[in-house]
Amino acid sequence: MLKINNLHVNVANNDIIKGLTLSIKPGEVHAIMGPNGAGKSTLGYALTGRDGYQVTQGSATLNGTDLLDLEVEDRAAAGLFLAFQYPVEIPGVSNMEFLKVSVDSQRKARGLETLSSSDFLKRAKAACKQVNLPLAFLKRGVNEGFSGGEKKRNEIMQMILLEPVLSILDESDSGLDIDALKIVAEGINSQRDGQRSFIVITHYQRLLDYIKPDFVHVLADGKIIKSGGPELALELEAQGYAWLESYDRNAQEASA
Amino acid sequence: MTDQLDEALAREYEAGFVSDIESRTFAPGLDESVVRRISAMKDEPQWMLDWRLKAFALWQKMPEPDWAHIKYEKIDFQSIAYYSAPKSMDERPKSLDEVDPELLRTYEKLGIPLIEQQQLAGIAVDVVFDSVSVVTTFREKLKEQGVIFCPISDAIKEHPELVKKYLGTVVSQKDNFFAALNCAVFTDGSFVYIPKGKRCPMELSTYFRINELNTGQFERTLIIADEGSHVSYLEGCTAPQRDENQLHAAVVELICLDDAEIKYSTVQNWYPGDENGKGGIYNFVTKRGICHTNAKISWTQVETGSAVTWKYPSCILKGDNSIGEFYSVALTRGAQQADTGTKMIHLGKNTRSTIISKGISAGKSNNTYRGLVHMGKGASGARNFTQCDSLLIGDKCGAHTFPYVESRNPTAIVEHEATTSKVSDDQMFLCRQRGLDPEKAVSMIVNGFCKEVFKELPMEFAVEAGKLLEISLEGSVG
Repeated sequence: MLKINNLHVNVANNDIIKGLTLSIKPGEVHAIMGPNGAGKSTLGYALTGRDGYQVTQGSATLNGTDLLDLEVEDRAAAGLFLAFQYPVEIPGVSNMEFLKVSVDSQRKARGLETLSSSDFLKRAKAACKQVNLPLAFLKRGVNEGFSGGEKKRNEIMQMILLEPVLSILDESDSGLDIDALKIVAEGINSQRDGQRSFIVITHYQRLLDYIKPDFVHVLADGKIIKSGGPELALELEAQGYAWLESYDRNAQEASA
Repeated sequence: MTDQLDEALAREYEAGFVSDIESRTFAPGLDESVVRRISAMKDEPQWMLDWRLKAFALWQKMPEPDWAHIKYEKIDFQSIAYYSAPKSMDERPKSLDEVDPELLRTYEKLGIPLIEQQQLAGIAVDVVFDSVSVVTTFREKLKEQGVIFCPISDAIKEHPELVKKYLGTVVSQKDNFFAALNCAVFTDGSFVYIPKGKRCPMELSTYFRINELNTGQFERTLIIADEGSHVSYLEGCTAPQRDENQLHAAVVELICLDDAEIKYSTVQNWYPGDENGKGGIYNFVTKRGICHTNAKISWTQVETGSAVTWKYPSCILKGDNSIGEFYSVALTRGAQQADTGTKMIHLGKNTRSTIISKGISAGKSNNTYRGLVHMGKGASGARNFTQCDSLLIGDKCGAHTFPYVESRNPTAIVEHEATTSKVSDDQMFLCRQRGLDPEKAVSMIVNGFCKEVFKELPMEFAVEAGKLLEISLEGSVG
């Protein structure tokens, strides 16, 4: 489904991602862990096409479509979703209006008919309940005055409504208490249907207790330096990243 | 993203077409004889001509104001034609069947069907084309209820007692330079009288269109809401796309007697000129209302057009417990300049005023809020709340705020809040990541910003205003 090959990304004249290769099959959940500044968020922004994240080398395709060639909104329509680490407020625009316009735009881009208002309302209410937000949140301005946890749940609600084929969750667990964490995790799990795939970016193994990943990758200094199963996350939790970095240096020296 | 936001603001001005209509237009120039000729064209009584001449004499001695935060080429008042009317209006049409079909087509194109069957139920329209009122719909039906809604030139002849009593009582002949000019040369506009205790059964509206080249439009509107009455009035304005600047200097007076309420909404979409500031309407307008005891005036304006806007719809809160409101959205783009705001003059006890101003600047435009809140000696317990928000799109535009507060009463309370924000890259990226194209994204963000004002507009017009904003912003992102 997602194929990233030898990706290099430059931000403000700094090379942040330096040759990242990753392949994700339908239905898989990949966790990406790694120290601060490793390039985890950069990967999400580069794939979704944010300005200022310049791909200097390599390729990224989603179901055969060259993502790097598309505008931000066309990548979204192709089924790529990014749950933000710090969701931004849009004052005066109700969540409902924002969601309806988003869903309509994507359906149009995919050649589907737009949903009737009543159909949409049903879905929106269901999604709102699923992430345990009061229905009043649909009428409130997008993220306007939401707490950190509410913003994160609002992101998951958007994901549920937009039904993306590949979701990138950028630290969707940061700043959450244990109850909110469970709600976010359940929201994500409910979307796992064997077809849709997920990249879960996180610092903590904790989230992976609730979302069981198929693979865990360690990203350090712009590269995946180690990949493994869920057990790798436990190892990281116990030992930190230091042993991996030396492992990486040794490997580089060995190959030199 | 900023680059994209900054890029060309090229967009179509949809109302920019010219109607091919044969007109009778005065030669450019202004002297006393022009004032006399306008009065004669309108077949006015002597008192009206005298009033105009007095204003003209005053105007000649007044200096053009230069305190506003706007720059424009000095207006040559001798190069403007002060009267223009379609020839077909020589004999005033008695019904729509007699109106020049080209005129009807013009309004159809602007989305204002005048054919009876297509008329919007519940909205009466006075249609002013250059210097004359072409038609006023539902005039008879309103008359049955005692409501007078007609061109002011008719009112001068048919209801002189009302016009004499109130004309110039809120905006006098010597109020300011542009108002004085208007008093001398005004051509047409609407007149409204709502009788005591009557709730006007329809929305009233006036649609102003400038068509003829080098012609100024000087309309005069007078609305009188008698005791305990209620009326909602809306005006809309458009003009063809031309390279020459054209002057629009209107005066609107609202008389709101005890316990009455006037809601006055404006959707102003005069031709704004091109990207470099060539052409467009110079909009110098004086609008003011007086509130007697327990009366309420609410101004709502959506200003998207004009090359230069100079406009401060104001309220004199004379009566105790009277209320003034001002809700404004002013959008400038390209090289547009707007200096707009309000004056709330609190004279009576426990008077209240609310000012909500939303300025949006894009391109290399300049958008200024200028407001005065005056608490007079007698304004015990009076209160004002002002909220003044500016939104910047791109980094070449300007937003300016000049709030003036004068308080002569220690018990009066004045609050002022102001914010300036930008359409942020984060907001744009969020919207686009969810599937919106950049234009849709900007328009949604801007609409959200204006929400508090749009909700004050009559329903049909709130939708219109939203769409207008969308059209205006078209191309404001690369």
